[in-house]
Amino acid sequence: MTTRTIKVDYLARVEGEGAFKVVVRDGAVRSAELKIFEPPRFFEGLLRGRACSEAPDITARICGICPVAYQMSAVHAIEDAFGITVDGPIRALRRLIYCGEWIESHALHVYMLHAPDFLGYDGAIDMARDHADAVRRGLMLKKAGNAIVTLIGGREIHPINIRVGGFYRVPRRRELDPLAEELKRARDLALETVRWVAGFDFPDRERDYAFVALRHPDEYPFNQGRIVSNRGLDIPVSHFDRHFKEMQVARSTALHSRMADGSSYLVGPLARYALNFDRLSPPAQEAAREAGLGPVCTNPYRGIVVRAVEILHACDEALRIIADYAEPDRPHVAVEPRPGIGHGATEAPRGLLHHRYEIDEGGLITAARIVPPTAQNQASIEEDLASHVGGFLDLPRTELQHRCEQTIRNYDPCISCATHFLKLEIDRE
Amino acid sequence: MTDPARSAVIGIGNPHRGDDAVGREVARWLRDRVPQGTRVLETEGEPASLIAMLEGLAAVWIVDACRSGARPGAIRRLDVSATALPPGLTTVSTHGLGLAEAIELARAIGRLPARSVVYVIEAASFDPGSGLTPDVAASVAEVGRRILAEIDTAGMRMAD
Repeated sequence: MTTRTIKVDYLARVEGEGAFKVVVRDGAVRSAELKIFEPPRFFEGLLRGRACSEAPDITARICGICPVAYQMSAVHAIEDAFGITVDGPIRALRRLIYCGEWIESHALHVYMLHAPDFLGYDGAIDMARDHADAVRRGLMLKKAGNAIVTLIGGREIHPINIRVGGFYRVPRRRELDPLAEELKRARDLALETVRWVAGFDFPDRERDYAFVALRHPDEYPFNQGRIVSNRGLDIPVSHFDRHFKEMQVARSTALHSRMADGSSYLVGPLARYALNFDRLSPPAQEAAREAGLGPVCTNPYRGIVVRAVEILHACDEALRIIADYAEPDRPHVAVEPRPGIGHGATEAPRGLLHHRYEIDEGGLITAARIVPPTAQNQASIEEDLASHVGGFLDLPRTELQHRCEQTIRNYDPCISCATHFLKLEIDRE
Repeated sequence: MTDPARSAVIGIGNPHRGDDAVGREVARWLRDRVPQGTRVLETEGEPASLIAMLEGLAAVWIVDACRSGARPGAIRRLDVSATALPPGLTTVSTHGLGLAEAIELARAIGRLPARSVVYVIEAASFDPGSGLTPDVAASVAEVGRRILAEIDTAGMRMAD
């Protein structure tokens, strides 16, 4: 029997600290393990006893890349507990700041973290020496996302302007005009991005994923919708706990998530896209078709193209929201705390992010549960490694290792979020 | 001479995290003292925003807090016009990409000004909601004066 071990102790170009190990026996992948060793961060524990009004600002600190997602899932869950509905321009502004975060996060991943894998560079700085125009484009896109988050959220990282019921301050109509001009330029850059990444070489690998994402009657999902899958699941957000289970595995400080029947599932851009293609802006649909994508994409390596399509959609959506914006009378709706349990799920850049809070008579949080997208995707990442790496075993060791890393980076994993989690180990004899 | 409109001082930091604000405090000290036209900018240090600030500049002085093990308030001047920040120097970043990576990315895409200088000031505390610690506060004016002198010298050298 021959065994090979492919092992990476510290994975680069992911957010947070993790590793992986693939064991190959007699030319077949025996096991693939994603190890997450970033220390657990105990956010759910430290939320206990805090005022529910603090949840958006505390949970924002879980991630420097997607703080808006944490703030949004938090406020929706608490408003659910209080029986509050937020609509009109305040709801639209929430979608606008979410557009900003998707543009920031996707531009960072597409250009700085993932494109070097496809173009054969160790990192963005090496890539930039040969592809300066592309990197300039990525930075301009990122900056356009920053501009939205700064204007609506008060600052570009960990925004401070989001509260239960809405915002502390809403922008004046005239403040949005320069933003619209920057977004019109960003929109062109986003279309160029789709065309640029569509020209990369993609390994010919497909897998039959159980996609899970929000779906809304008439919007590509950010803040609201029912949780649906391509396996027939269609549930309200409040039923999340009935259908998805978290479990501890020794190799990860982040809880793994599985469907109630024990099967893995996938959240994130591929899932959102497959379940909501018809809700993308018409130009984003057209760009996707032109890039060779059908309405469903099951090749995880093409996820970079789907992210680029989502950047374009976010620019279109942001411009639409700005064009329709009318200043609300008040920056937030009235908030009357009441005891109860609330659920919120929104679409973080990396996928579905679920929050659940129990709140007492004094408006204090007595229990909190946060299920981030990377934690949910751990099982799927391991299955991708087990499934796809077998096709690369003839490659020289360094190329094989690189393919493994690329396979993990398809997920844009956020380890910091997952541990509220990377390192590679391939074992073969 | 150097077109003042093509030079800038950029203070980096989080104004609500103790000594992390020192770069921004130096920028504020300089705001009314720099030659007319020299831009004085502040940023939390997000790389895309920082690199955008460098566009079109002939000279930049960047001021940031750092933690290297030196005594609090210690000032280091690093000319990054041709060489990267030393690997042992950790600037305090709220993000995965730090100042060193932002500077190298800017250099790779041809956006790093020909004259690029980084001043780092050793920090003692990053406590949320607190101000500068006394040793760090004492370095603000000193760094400000050194940058003013450099701006003057750069202007005269270019005028020759």
